[in-house]
Amino acid sequence: MATVMEKELIINKKWCKGCGICVNFCPKDVLELKNGIVNVKDESSCIKCGLCELRCPDYAIYLGGLEDGEE
Amino acid sequence: MSNKLAKKYFRMDKLPHIWCPGCGHGILMRSVIQAIDNLGLNKDKVCVVSGIGCSSRAPGYLDFNTLHTTHGRALAFATGIKMANPDLHVIVVTGDGDSAAIGGNHLIHAARRNIDITTVVFNNNIYGMTGGQYSPTTPTGDKGTTAPYGNIDKNFDLCKLAKGAGSTYTGRATAYHANLITKLVQKGIENKGFSFIEALSVCPTYYGRKNKKGDASDMMKHLKDASINVKAIKNKTNENLEDKIIIGELYNSQEPEYTEQYKKIINRFKKER
Ligand SMILES: Cc1ncc(C[n+]2csc(CCOP(=O)(O)OP(=O)(O)O)c2C)c(N)n1
Ligand code: SF4
Repeated sequence: MATVMEKELIINKKWCKGCGICVNFCPKDVLELKNGIVNVKDESSCIKCGLCELRCPDYAIYLGGLEDGEE
Repeated sequence: MSNKLAKKYFRMDKLPHIWCPGCGHGILMRSVIQAIDNLGLNKDKVCVVSGIGCSSRAPGYLDFNTLHTTHGRALAFATGIKMANPDLHVIVVTGDGDSAAIGGNHLIHAARRNIDITTVVFNNNIYGMTGGQYSPTTPTGDKGTTAPYGNIDKNFDLCKLAKGAGSTYTGRATAYHANLITKLVQKGIENKGFSFIEALSVCPTYYGRKNKKGDASDMMKHLKDASINVKAIKNKTNENLEDKIIIGELYNSQEPEYTEQYKKIINRFKKER
């Protein structure tokens, strides 16, 4: 299992509707909207709190690792 | 939500869902799934039932036994399912219109019977699906397409209604407080009896636009700022709670459960034969 620090932000652009909730509630200003879709602006500031994942209405962003079997 | 969890509980070919950008219903659906996952329930022992409305589309995305019924009747169908299969965990996902307007009678009688069903109302204070008519939870003075000058009705306190009718577990949280929704739904499922969770949602498209509440993030921020946990006001009598959303577990008690009472009668006659 990947540890919390090994987890990384994964975005499913196909599901993102650009509502901006993750951008506005990220405590470290890591995210932005680019062409109407979420984009990681500053990955190095991410503290992996998972608040974006918790509040994304479209399941388009999450902290994932190898165990998620990403394609 | 992680890919693993999504693949486990969603009908992946049905996603992305049809809800508008920023609609709170997606957040609430995730919280419900998280509660089911935390409890480690067997998927085949879960049945999710809904009526009609944006909120009632939820079961269509979920990979359990699911039933998408007619407007207002989710609890009537759910009652039948529970009576026929008392071992199932029956969860109703419904809207404020679906549960409190057309379905209000079903709600009070399901609560009165204390039948073991967990009802989660995605309350966005409006009829979303049909374009923004006011609902029984639209705050007095707020606008809908059917109340262009402001709604003169008094809005329901759904948790008080459910408790007054006989619900043995009630709680309230919001799309902002997604983890609290999960906790309440979890405890609701564990409660042997009728459980009622009011999950405040946001509808930026109709309620938000009609009432100039800003975008989805502004509406979420309002849910955060206006909420106060029931534990924080426990010993305070002079707190001004007008316009406050009281969140947390509001009521929890033990009463005889309907399907168990019914079974007792059946067993009595079986013995006599
Ligand atoms: C018998 C019947 N009456 C009216 C309707 C029209 N109708 C569809 S959804 C709806 C209200 C939905 O509001 P709510 O339950 O609050 O769900 P939301 O869409 O806001 O999530 C109405 C009135 C219908 N489908 N069936
Ligand atoms: S109309 Fe409102 S409730 Fe319906 S999907 Fe859009 S935002 Fe959600």
